[in-house]
Amino acid sequence: MTINTFLNTDALPYCKGCGHDLIARNTTKALVKLGYDPLDVIMVTDIGCHGIIDKCLNTHTVHGLHGRSVALGAGISFGDIGPEKKIVVFIGDGGTTIGLQHIMEAARLNLNMTVVVHNNYLYGMTGGQTSGLTPVGFNTTTSGEGNPFAGYDLCALSSAAGAAYTARITGIGDISDKLVAAFAVKGFSLIEVLEICPSYGVKLNPKRKLAEIIEKAGKPLGEWTQDREAFSAVQGRKTQDLLAKVHPVKKSFNSYLKTPMSMVVSGSAGEGVQLAAGLISKAALSSGLHVTQKGSYPVTVGVGFSTAEINLSPQPIHFHGINVPDMALITSADGLAHNRKRIESMKEGMLFIDSSLPVPATGAEVIQHDFRALGARNAAIFSVFFFALKTGIISTEAIFKVIEDEGKAEKLPIAKIKEALALL
Amino acid sequence: MQENNKGKRALVDASRLIIESMARAGADAFIGYPITPANLLYQYGSQRMPLMLAAPDEITTLQWMTGLAAAGKVPITATSFPGYALMIESVNMAYMMELPMVIILVQRLGPATGTATCGAQGDLSLLKGNISGGHPMPVFCTSNFEDSWTLSAKAVETAIKLRTPVILLTSKEEVMTTKSFDMDALPAIELVERKYYDMQCDGKYKSYKATDLVPDFLPVTQSKHQVRINASTHDKEGILQHSNEEAMANTQRLEDKIRHKLFEYTLYDYHEVKEAQKLVVAFGITAAAARDAVKELEKQGEKVSLLIPKTMIPAPEVYMEIMDSYAKVVVAEENINNQFSDMLYGIRKPKNHHFVGALGKMITPQQIIEEVQA
Repeated sequence: MTINTFLNTDALPYCKGCGHDLIARNTTKALVKLGYDPLDVIMVTDIGCHGIIDKCLNTHTVHGLHGRSVALGAGISFGDIGPEKKIVVFIGDGGTTIGLQHIMEAARLNLNMTVVVHNNYLYGMTGGQTSGLTPVGFNTTTSGEGNPFAGYDLCALSSAAGAAYTARITGIGDISDKLVAAFAVKGFSLIEVLEICPSYGVKLNPKRKLAEIIEKAGKPLGEWTQDREAFSAVQGRKTQDLLAKVHPVKKSFNSYLKTPMSMVVSGSAGEGVQLAAGLISKAALSSGLHVTQKGSYPVTVGVGFSTAEINLSPQPIHFHGINVPDMALITSADGLAHNRKRIESMKEGMLFIDSSLPVPATGAEVIQHDFRALGARNAAIFSVFFFALKTGIISTEAIFKVIEDEGKAEKLPIAKIKEALALL
Repeated sequence: MQENNKGKRALVDASRLIIESMARAGADAFIGYPITPANLLYQYGSQRMPLMLAAPDEITTLQWMTGLAAAGKVPITATSFPGYALMIESVNMAYMMELPMVIILVQRLGPATGTATCGAQGDLSLLKGNISGGHPMPVFCTSNFEDSWTLSAKAVETAIKLRTPVILLTSKEEVMTTKSFDMDALPAIELVERKYYDMQCDGKYKSYKATDLVPDFLPVTQSKHQVRINASTHDKEGILQHSNEEAMANTQRLEDKIRHKLFEYTLYDYHEVKEAQKLVVAFGITAAAARDAVKELEKQGEKVSLLIPKTMIPAPEVYMEIMDSYAKVVVAEENINNQFSDMLYGIRKPKNHHFVGALGKMITPQQIIEEVQA
């Protein structure tokens, strides 16, 4: 075989008899057959003997980490690269072992790229160790009595994951047409080329022929196809300006608050705690106050406590942490359990607590009320109105206005809340 | 810092500001893998970026980002320590390949999985040494909402101009807290102009040949010049080498471009009080407590200056010059090993240094005040 436009040298850097040499030459021959210009081809290479081909290529070359070349090639394929481009990834059986997930992912997404697996059954560059593709019984430098485990059936995995085209071939003779078949696929194609490393495989497995090794491995040659549409990343998708829906709030109400005030609102998940806290924050904002708000809940957000921490201040707020709050609104046993220590630490301030709950020892003024009277889902919402009415720090009108402005009136029992407030 | 009570105040969170700012500066792809407390950033990234992809893990995240960057995109992601730990080898790859991207690192309590919903400032030491060879990678740290806006754009600009991964360091308490904020305080963000190799040049393009420390970029998507991108030791052309002179000069340049261009991205706040003998130093989430502490001390008649570093790595020398000029320096950060001072001075801290730390809870203004007055 003679040098072609894809190679800048005829002397490839491989050991005598190495199948990598054959794969490299046939890859370039296949690309010529398909009419590619070298600079329309992006060759992504892994770590391993195959990867040192880069310097001999006239294509774009990208040389990454061990095992990650398929993901790296996938990243390029997500770019706006044009249909005339071809991404070819070279990887060995070692890289395949460490980066199997990347191959599965690229096959699942059916990305436009071809992976050429140089499977010489062991890690050649690092001394002939066993890989995940080493067949059972095959000798390596780390399994002198034969690999006790079977290798992955890479082609079965690739095909099952969704590759449009998968093939297993031997690295003997002219394989350019088989590579053409893989390269021509629209979508993800993987071609596993079987070979024996002349430096380790041949020496450690004397007199064994490739055909016999393949037969004993039980993973036949062949090709597997499926008709799937190739993935193309949506470029320039419709996006939204994240500030477009951040609406400044006009000051429409007043608050008598002259110094910073901190509070916790706490109840059970699903009982409207964060929504209620949001109503306080927005009502406070419309009353000319500065606000911070954050939520706290268990990792499983649908059960257990739900706590909101709020700071209100007539001055800008920097530090927003709350150790001991000035106010606490507790609407359920979960909320009480989560904040019991804090409540016990309160030396002043006010504790609003559902009348069904035991009152912890605290220096805060205690106000008990049946916050759950309008149903568990409305407990926190009602407690917020109760708080507003009793303290006047924000007005109930300001809260009703937030509900109206945000179109939440229909989802909340406004009439019942007003009725209950009227009785207070 | 916002001190006026007027303007257009709205409730907003820093995650929103960070993503919008990066998009306006030129970030055009978000690759995500969910992790608390970075999930809001992921959500906003998915809404805002022209290209959004859900990766199956954090190694893949960085690999996809690097591929996209090689194709000419400016990708970003957001993660926390467990995810970042998986990314590190690939971050080294992108650093060696000289491809721009921004990783928003939201600190949470460690070690390991630690507590996902508890804030911390425990990752600075990791970032100081996470590039093999000890080479510096730019790290910015936000100290308030204004920084979430301006530093985010600066991170994108630095990544593009220096052709390097950049870290935007923040924390759970910063990106998951909603605050009232004057939207008028946000300055306009300019789209960062990318510098490309002149395609009209007929000479041979060398991927890593730099005239001013940073090589001109060409994506692998064009067909005029051959591009060679390499994560292994390489020469100017991008061809793998063992350790020859040209390759070592290239590796040396990776360090030099970050250090020598530091003046272009040195950012900090310095509130210098005349005749003050004491200085408070704090960054990130603790800067908020430090601002309150210094204000309170001022009210009490104490003269105390305040330094808030924002460019964390490489650390500008001016930080040490400022700290050296005070009789007492109180460094506050939410860890128990004083990582900022450790980064600057190693285990032998100057005698004028005092440390306020915390584990699993925010440092309060009162703690800082007490140490200043001790």
